[in-house]
Amino acid sequence: MSFDVRRGEVFGFLGSNGAGKSTTIRMLCGLLTPSSGRAEVDGLDVGNDPEGVKRRIGYMSQRFSLYELLTVDQNIRFYAGLYGLSGDRLERRRAFALEIGGLVGRETELARTLSGGWRQRLALGCALLHEPPILFLDEPTGGVDPVSRREFWRLIDDLSRAGTTVLVTTHYLDEAERCDRVAIMHAGRLAALGTTAELKSAFDARPILEVRSPDPVSLMAWLDTQPSVEKTSLFGTAVHAVMRNAAATPAGLRQAIEADGRQVTSVVPVMPSLEDVFLDVVDRLDRVPA
Amino acid sequence: MTNVWAVALKELRQIRRDRRTLLILLFIPGFFLFLYGYALNFDIRHVPLAVQDRDQSPESRALAASFVQSTYFDLVAAVTTDAEAVALMDRDDIRALLVVPEDFSRRLKRGEAAEVQVILNGDNANTATTVMGYVNAILADASVRLGPTSSQALVGAAPRIWYNPELRSTLFLVPGLIAYIATITAVVSTALSIVREKELGTMEQVRMAPISTTAFVLGKTLPYLILSQASAMIVIVAAMLLFGLPMRGDWFSLSVVVALFLVGALGTGLLVSTMSDTQQIALQTALLIAFLPTFMLSGFIFPIASMPAPLQYITAIVPARYFLIALRGVVLKGLDLGALWQPLLALVAFAVAVLGLSAVRLARR
Repeated sequence: MSFDVRRGEVFGFLGSNGAGKSTTIRMLCGLLTPSSGRAEVDGLDVGNDPEGVKRRIGYMSQRFSLYELLTVDQNIRFYAGLYGLSGDRLERRRAFALEIGGLVGRETELARTLSGGWRQRLALGCALLHEPPILFLDEPTGGVDPVSRREFWRLIDDLSRAGTTVLVTTHYLDEAERCDRVAIMHAGRLAALGTTAELKSAFDARPILEVRSPDPVSLMAWLDTQPSVEKTSLFGTAVHAVMRNAAATPAGLRQAIEADGRQVTSVVPVMPSLEDVFLDVVDRLDRVPA
Repeated sequence: MTNVWAVALKELRQIRRDRRTLLILLFIPGFFLFLYGYALNFDIRHVPLAVQDRDQSPESRALAASFVQSTYFDLVAAVTTDAEAVALMDRDDIRALLVVPEDFSRRLKRGEAAEVQVILNGDNANTATTVMGYVNAILADASVRLGPTSSQALVGAAPRIWYNPELRSTLFLVPGLIAYIATITAVVSTALSIVREKELGTMEQVRMAPISTTAFVLGKTLPYLILSQASAMIVIVAAMLLFGLPMRGDWFSLSVVVALFLVGALGTGLLVSTMSDTQQIALQTALLIAFLPTFMLSGFIFPIASMPAPLQYITAIVPARYFLIALRGVVLKGLDLGALWQPLLALVAFAVAVLGLSAVRLARR
C-alpha cells in the first residue's frame, strides 16, 4: 500500500478485524519492522530514525494503557517522565492532560477506579503530554459507551483544528464518516482511499435502490439473478440493490419484482452510505485475485 | 537517565500498592525461613536407647550417662537379658542399644582397650548413619574422660570437624534456604512485573515512547534488586537469630555475594518474562528453570558429589551452586572475597549470560 497523510487532517483506517490496520500503525510508529518498503513520519524515515519518530508521535490503543495501581496524577507524571518533561512544561502539560481527561480534582484517584470513558480520555491526555504533531489512535473507542464516544470525537476534532494530524483506526462506520479521508483496508491491502464523498462517487453511475419486502432473503436471492442488478446486500431487513444502469428507477424495479409474482413493500432510491462503499470495495477486492 | 528514574519511581509506587508483590518480596521469605528452617532439620534427637550394663561400675554408669547428657539419646529402659533387648527393638520401643561388657571397668583400669557394643536400628539408613556419628563422637569423648593418661592412649584417628563441629545440619541448610528464598523473590517478582505490563498493554505504550529497552529494564529491575537485597539480608539476620547461623566473615563480602547472585536471579526473571505472555506461564517457567535447579541441583539438600556424572555437569550452570559455596564460605568459614574468586566469577558469568540472552530476545521483538 502507498499513501500520504496531510498535516492537520483526520485520517481514518477502516477495516474489519485482521485487515491490517493495527499492523500498519505499528509499523508507522517503528514498533514493527516492515519486511519491505519504507515510511516517513513528519519527514523522518521510520526505518532509520525510529527514536526521532517516537518523539514526534503520540500513541493510544484501545487498551488505554494506564497503570491501574497508580493514581491519575502518578500516571501523568510517569508518562511525562518517559518523554523527559520537567519544570514549567511538566506542570503546564499535566494541567492540559487533566483538562482533556476531565479529571481536574480527581488527581489522587487510582486509575483502576476510573470507568471506560474516563480512562480513555486520561490515556489520550497522557499520549498528548509531549505535544506531538502526529497522533496515532488504534481503535480508540473500543469498549466505551456511545456518549463517551461522541465526546471523544469532539476532542479529536478540536485537536485537528489546532493542527494535530490524527491517524485513527476503527471498525465503526459512523466514526469513519467523521474523518477527512478514509483508507479502507481489507486482507492486509489498501482497498480504497479518499474523502467519504470521493469514495461514495463510485456509486455515481450505479444507483442504489432500497427494497423492503416481507421476505427479504428470498427476494435478495432472486435479485441476484437479475441482469439489471449488479449486486445486493442486506441492511437490516431491507435489501440494497446496486443497479447496473445509471437510469434505473424505483418504479422500474418494483414492476419487475411484482411481474415475477413477488411481494414488495417499498422501493426507494438511497444515498450510498460508507457501509455500501465498504461492502462494495471488499467485494471487488475478493473477486480479483491478488 | 531521567526516564530510568521515572520508570523506577513508577515501579516503587506500584509495588507499594500491590499486595501480592509485597507478599512475595517481604512476607514469603520470612515465612519460608521459618517453615523450612524448622522442618528441614536432619539432626536426630531423643533417640530411644536401652542400656544393658553387665559391668555395673561407676565407669559404665558414666558412659551411659554421657549418652543421655548428649541429648541425642533418651534412656528408656535398662535391660538385663538379650531377649529383653531384642523384644524392645522389635517393638520399635528403642532404636539403639548400648551393651557394656562385664570387664569394661577392669580393662579400663588396666589401660587396655575396653570395647562396648552399640546396636542400631538400620531400617532408615540415613538416620542410622547419623546416629552412628553421634555414637562415635560420644565414645571418643568418653574414652578421653574415662581412660587413663594420654601416654597410654591408643593410636587412632581423632577427627575434628571444622566450621560446624557439631555437624548441625541447620548450619548447612540455612545458606541453601537463603538461596532458595532469594531465587523465588528475585526471579518471580521481576518476571511477573514485566509480564504484567505485557498483559496490561502498558508495555506497548512504553515502547512507543522514546525510551530504550535498556533504560526501561534498568528502571524496572533496580527497585527489585534493592528490595530483594534487603529481603535477603533480613533472612540472613533472621537465620542468625533463629538458628544460630554464625557470621564469621564480614558484612561487605556477604553483601557483594548476595548482590551478585541477585543480579543473576533478576536476569533470569527477565529471561523468563521474554518467554512468557501471561503471568501464569511466567510462574511455571520460573518454577522450571529457576526453582527446581536451585532446590535439586545446587547442593542445597542433595550433595553434588553423590549425583551421577551427567547431573554433576548440569549443576555447573546452576548459579545457586556457586552462591552456596560463596555464602557458606563467608558465613561459616569467614573467607573474604579474594578467597572466593572462583564462585564469584561463576556468578558474574551467569549474570552476564542471562542478561545478554534477555537483551537479545528483547531486541528481536
